[in-house]
Amino acid sequence: MYATRARQARPEPFAVHPGIAERLGLPYMDGTLAFSAAALAVVSVFVLARATLHDVPGDPYYYADRQGLYAALGIVGMYLLTRVDYSRFRELRVGIYTFLCVSISLVFVFGFAARGSRRSFELPFFSFQPSELGKLLLVLALAGFVIDGARNGSDWQRTVRYLCLGLAPAALVFLQPDLGTALVFGAITLAVMYVGGVRWTHFAVIGAALVAVTAIVLVLAPAVGTPVLKGYQAQRLTSFLNPSADPSDAGYQQNQAKIAIGSGEKTGRGDRATQTRLDFVPERHTDFIFAVIGERYGFMGAAFVLSLYALLIWRALRIVTLSKNSYGTLVAGGIAAMLLFQVFVNVGMNLGIMPITGIPLPLMSYGGSSVLATFLAIGVLQSIHMQARLSQRGRFAW
Amino acid sequence: MNNRLALRIAIFGGFAVVLFVVLFFRLWLLQVIDGEKYLAEAKNNRTRSYRVSAPRGEIFDRNGKVLVANRTSLALQVNPRKLPADPVRRRAELARLAELTHSTPRHLRHRMHEELKLAPAAPVTLRSDVSHYLVYYLQENQDRFPGVEVQTVFVRDYPDGTLAAHILGNVGEISEDQLKERQYRGLLPGDKIGQDGVEYTYDRYLRGKPGLTRVQVDALGEPTPNGRLVSKPPAPGDSLKLSIDGKVQEAGEVAMAERGLPGGFITMDVHTGEILGLGSFPTFEPATFTRPLTQKQVDEFIRNPAAPLTDRAIAGLYPTGSTFKPITAIAALESGKLQLSEVIEDTGQLVVGGQPFKNAGEAANGSVNLVSALEVSSDVFFYTLGLRMWDTGELQHWGHKLGIGRPTGIDLPGSEEGLLPSKHWRDQLYKEGGTDRPWSEGDNVQLATGQGDLQTNPLQMAVAYATLANGGTVVTPHVGLQIDDPAGRVLKEFDPKPRRHVRIDPEYRAAIMEGLHDAAQNGGGTSFDVFGSFPIPVAGKTGTAQRPPHLDQSWYGILAPYPNPRIVTFVTMEEGGFGAESAAPAAKKILEAYFAGRLAKEASSKGGEG
Repeated sequence: MYATRARQARPEPFAVHPGIAERLGLPYMDGTLAFSAAALAVVSVFVLARATLHDVPGDPYYYADRQGLYAALGIVGMYLLTRVDYSRFRELRVGIYTFLCVSISLVFVFGFAARGSRRSFELPFFSFQPSELGKLLLVLALAGFVIDGARNGSDWQRTVRYLCLGLAPAALVFLQPDLGTALVFGAITLAVMYVGGVRWTHFAVIGAALVAVTAIVLVLAPAVGTPVLKGYQAQRLTSFLNPSADPSDAGYQQNQAKIAIGSGEKTGRGDRATQTRLDFVPERHTDFIFAVIGERYGFMGAAFVLSLYALLIWRALRIVTLSKNSYGTLVAGGIAAMLLFQVFVNVGMNLGIMPITGIPLPLMSYGGSSVLATFLAIGVLQSIHMQARLSQRGRFAW
Repeated sequence: MNNRLALRIAIFGGFAVVLFVVLFFRLWLLQVIDGEKYLAEAKNNRTRSYRVSAPRGEIFDRNGKVLVANRTSLALQVNPRKLPADPVRRRAELARLAELTHSTPRHLRHRMHEELKLAPAAPVTLRSDVSHYLVYYLQENQDRFPGVEVQTVFVRDYPDGTLAAHILGNVGEISEDQLKERQYRGLLPGDKIGQDGVEYTYDRYLRGKPGLTRVQVDALGEPTPNGRLVSKPPAPGDSLKLSIDGKVQEAGEVAMAERGLPGGFITMDVHTGEILGLGSFPTFEPATFTRPLTQKQVDEFIRNPAAPLTDRAIAGLYPTGSTFKPITAIAALESGKLQLSEVIEDTGQLVVGGQPFKNAGEAANGSVNLVSALEVSSDVFFYTLGLRMWDTGELQHWGHKLGIGRPTGIDLPGSEEGLLPSKHWRDQLYKEGGTDRPWSEGDNVQLATGQGDLQTNPLQMAVAYATLANGGTVVTPHVGLQIDDPAGRVLKEFDPKPRRHVRIDPEYRAAIMEGLHDAAQNGGGTSFDVFGSFPIPVAGKTGTAQRPPHLDQSWYGILAPYPNPRIVTFVTMEEGGFGAESAAPAAKKILEAYFAGRLAKEASSKGGEG
């Protein structure tokens, strides 16, 4: 139904003199998607500029400047990907998958250790975290494997194969250790399988297995003395269930973030904010940036940002339905799930209803790898959108 | 796109809607519904209160002489949040600090842990009253001691060293058990309270109220610039005026120290119970307690057989020897077992139940009445009285009435009740197997002369003598006189009611007083050698208590001036021998200090005559 309406709205198919917008492919892009992503990036730069004025001595806009630069690079990358036919990625799936696993593994060798975990490479001008880009790479590769798999093996074989393919890089990330990103990898895997048509009964079994694993990891393994999670990880995961139990430990950050958001009330405290201005809330420029927005700009500001995310994810889901081929559907579904999972877990963590997992808020949290990777993912969505539009017009990208 | 896929996408979309609804609802709950609560929490969060300790009230003697003042001292504090985060460097710094403060790293860590539990982010006092040298050293090596700060605090100052040490007591950090007590409600660990002496008894007046400074801080507890919000200045404690007369007190302590024997003394107003001087030997420096004691010092105090911390004047437990005789006399007269004019033949010994009880020095005083028996301290006379009352309980009844073996109500902690042996007590003890025989005549004969199982102290004896002197009022001995606020206004005056009144026939009182006067200032009196030439008429009684395996203990009780005494003085010295030998000369020095003005006048008028 979208297609019909859209077709009427588009310019004549065989215009003799295509305009500059037509040459740039702008009419074929999803404007709302691009707007919501860019708006989020602008909000991020603005919030960082206000909230981290005194964080780096002598350079009040340290974080804002850099975040702006990353966003600009991201937008360029997004546009370039828009003009690439995403279906190529299906052909490159094995190469992409190999690159994904190797780049994550290389972190163990050359990685830059920060706070006890190796997650990124230290490049001359910024540190690159392969697992951030890895989220997108996993979507692209796994979607290709799922299309392949549709033709061979029994249902169960396929399910197990997808799971193994998805969970192998997740396990590598988990070992860095980076529990949050590993969980995102898991969510992506499940989402691609879901859109790829894996049977409900299989999901029921996977769900049961997940419950069992959670029970073993959090309860049984520590009890017999071979903990899988590091102490702080387990504490973070469970502390949100009883945040006030010990405000000086794991629940502390979460409690402070909750107080910060609550204290913003309807319209926010602006520069009179104390919770996020005086360091009560840690990691205010990354994981807890939503608390900064909540305290400074109140319900109006926070709800506005949440609405932008809702818009973003709605557009992503819409592209799932528009895609001209199954691969596009799977990729768009994977990216939509990736965004939804990260937004829900991060905002939920800020609001005290999800555990602390260290998952960044896409486009909002400070960090080059995350901002770039998210824009690239949106670029892939735009590519799917553009190919769908072009195919409706009987034309292909050059 | 087939229908099944469309269904899956629709479910996906529905799931996304649910998740966003959850987020929006939660956001609305936190910010719109509960916003006010969280705003209050945030405001509360950003301020930190620091307590500013208040100087304790000063303590004066009755003439306004300062006994305890305050001085500022430097305290070494450490801000645990500023210590190096690296465990190795942190440990190294704690080790260096421990060495500088004569402590152990383990002790420092424990202390920091304890204080942080109760006041997170507040600096922890490691050691108070550190020397200037240490402070200079730390300042010069600041880079090696991050997180270490020096603060000015108040500590007690004793201008006269050991003077009145046992009365004043000491101040120390509140203990965990004390924190739970009602009277210390609102105090925090690390606060100082009076732990002994009047510092303990009158702590609530002396303590003062700590001030409060509220500072805006960040999450690390660091004050933010211009962040000082409210500050409530500390309220200094009220000052305490004691009934102690510095001169009398000093004379007593000097007299005790000159003889060098463990013992105690007390000088008290016989009408009001105000204590003019009270001391114990050996004594101690109360200033020792202004800084935390080292283990060595604690051991010294505990192991020292002379027990310098024990106040022998109120906590000693001794038989009194013949100073008990006036009490025996009152009991015998009031219960009709002795007539004023009665004469008893003193042959030098009294045989009771086959056992001879002899006079001291085996003297035989011949025919004696009450007055002469007191003058020469005839034991046989009082043995006879003890024998007459042996199973009637009258001696115990009167001893008890006069306050022997029962609490005196003094406003100092640590006083002992003592023991007035009785038939009931010993029979009970015998029944329980605590002794080899029940009460017998011999026990009462012994008690009549202040020997045997009697256990009392100068304080109780002084109260008993005061009751005799003032005609029957059992006063409440006390050292606290009044409380003044820091501006000098009188807030409270202490004038405790007498414990009770005892009816003593004035004729009996006069006779006993006469006997005591003769004992001190009549030619044959037991302490004539000491007080014979004393220009002021007095009434005094020697005592020589047998206290095996120790040598005899010297006692002296004196009422002055005779016949209408104002003060009573009691002195005892362990192993001091005969009463007139050690205790009486010390008592004389105390009286000379008390009557200094009158003695000087009489001396000059005599000089004028000559």
